[in-house]
Amino acid sequence: MMRLNIEQTPDVHFPRADGSRIPFKVYNSTEIYQLEQQRIFRGPVWSFVGLEAEIPKANDFKSTYIGDTPIVVTRGTDGSLAAWVNRCAHRGARVCRAARGNTKSHVCVYHQWSYDTQGNLRGVPFRNGSKGSGGMPADFDAKEHGLQQLRVGSYHGLVFATFSEAVPTLVDYIGPTMCKMIDRVFHKPIVYLGCTRQYVRSNWKLYTENVRDPYHASLLHPFFSTFNLVRTSTRVENFRDKSGLHSCGMLYHTEDASDGTAYKEAKVTSFKENLKLEDTSILTNTNEFEDKADIQIQSIFPQLVVQQILNSLATRQLLPKGPDNLELIFNFIGYADDTPEMRHQRVKAANMVGPAGLVSMEDGLATELVQFGIAGSTDELSMVDMGRDATETENFSSMTSEVPVRRFWRAYQELMGL
Amino acid sequence: MSNIIEAAAAQITKETSMEDVMLWFDLHRLQELYVSLIDSDRLEEWPELFTEDGVYEIVPRENADNRLPIGIMHCFGQPMMRDRIISLRQANVFEPHSYRHMTSGLEFSPVDRDSVEMQSSYVVVQTLTDGETHLYQAGRYFDRVVRTRDGWRYQLKRAIYDTSRVQTLLVTPV
Repeated sequence: MMRLNIEQTPDVHFPRADGSRIPFKVYNSTEIYQLEQQRIFRGPVWSFVGLEAEIPKANDFKSTYIGDTPIVVTRGTDGSLAAWVNRCAHRGARVCRAARGNTKSHVCVYHQWSYDTQGNLRGVPFRNGSKGSGGMPADFDAKEHGLQQLRVGSYHGLVFATFSEAVPTLVDYIGPTMCKMIDRVFHKPIVYLGCTRQYVRSNWKLYTENVRDPYHASLLHPFFSTFNLVRTSTRVENFRDKSGLHSCGMLYHTEDASDGTAYKEAKVTSFKENLKLEDTSILTNTNEFEDKADIQIQSIFPQLVVQQILNSLATRQLLPKGPDNLELIFNFIGYADDTPEMRHQRVKAANMVGPAGLVSMEDGLATELVQFGIAGSTDELSMVDMGRDATETENFSSMTSEVPVRRFWRAYQELMGL
Repeated sequence: MSNIIEAAAAQITKETSMEDVMLWFDLHRLQELYVSLIDSDRLEEWPELFTEDGVYEIVPRENADNRLPIGIMHCFGQPMMRDRIISLRQANVFEPHSYRHMTSGLEFSPVDRDSVEMQSSYVVVQTLTDGETHLYQAGRYFDRVVRTRDGWRYQLKRAIYDTSRVQTLLVTPV
């Protein structure tokens, strides 16, 4: 049997340096997936793992993942955050079995090894044996057998963790432009309003591309164009960071005086001219931001999307589940000083996003259609050319540009060494 | 919600009156019609089983258990329910599918003469055009139904689902 050598770079070739041609193999190759676990998720990135608001009290914890690796995020007795791999130092069993909870001591059920919230080993039953025999050898040092601890950082209550000692500080990793956009949404204390989860039969990078792709928004999601939330005439800004890994699209409220003429002329079949909502309150937007942006979709690679769609505020955690599946966890938030009416509006606005989201449910489907369509492909390529001739200034404010997608693929190649 | 089961458990030790039988019959009939309308794709009639200001929500159990308000669908009043169906028919893009509901364990507890709280378990299997049927969602309904001139109607229906990962998308009400 051939042995897979993880250090060997898989036979995947990006034929152009500009990120405009993507080999379909990167979406379904097991070799690529394993290499991503090593070079991305266990590599020099900060992965989003949750909100501080999910674990507000001392000894609160939540279970989650970085890539494939199960981890637990905890708040210590002193309020500080920690994260560790959820794998007993003894035999590798899952230690924490609850999704969320509150405890000072995490105990592995297999042999009752116990750890504190930081992941330090605190107890080994029968360490000195029983009836004068057995037990751990004399050279056993509990300090050397804690759970694998990760570096943890928090920015405005967004919690990130990393396996890497080499990656710069969290603020440097996010970068000044992207920090500013996070500051925008997290400008005052937030509260956690609950989560929803969506499981999609497609490679995680198809979703990574999706949130960097302004071109699809008004075409795939007819609710957007039909109810004039987003059309190609919408004023948009596509922000970038230095690394190319992150991106942020801002869409500003723009009246469409033509009543959809551009869509009729372009024969966009998903556009429905005479559709009206009986109850338009779902689209009510109490303006909360000076810049009057209706929509912010910001991606901090690899596991975070920050989202403002009208009054719906949420983070999305993107988790790979093998080469062919992904999970999205939407964590909805409000501000601590929301009025009851505003809180109600946020619940109403939640109708637009998540697995049953009126403006977003199609994203899961579209990425599945790609995963389905590329089955049986060999060396074929995905093409991402929109706006390739345009200037940077033009692309910065264009809905019909795929620049953020190309930029992402260049950064991905660099991280992966492809 | 456990008070519904407590009330049902207390009721079973008592002699059944004709009024009890009629209420039992009416509530079951409402539930059966609710399921039939959805499973036969008569979704335009689905909002009619609610009062004009009725509330319909689909909420993951993990949020309901933690008293967190967010769900995947929140319709406040019949107009929002009709908008959901219009969006499903004309705007949203999804794979054609059908549902089959299985419900069981319906228990109820009268609040007063004209309103009742009830709960039941549901399982929805979904069949896509490739011919595969899969278990799509398991959960429980928590309902408040009220007597109107047109018969019993839902004033509140919450589908609280255990299957926390929604497969691909949800567009059809459960």
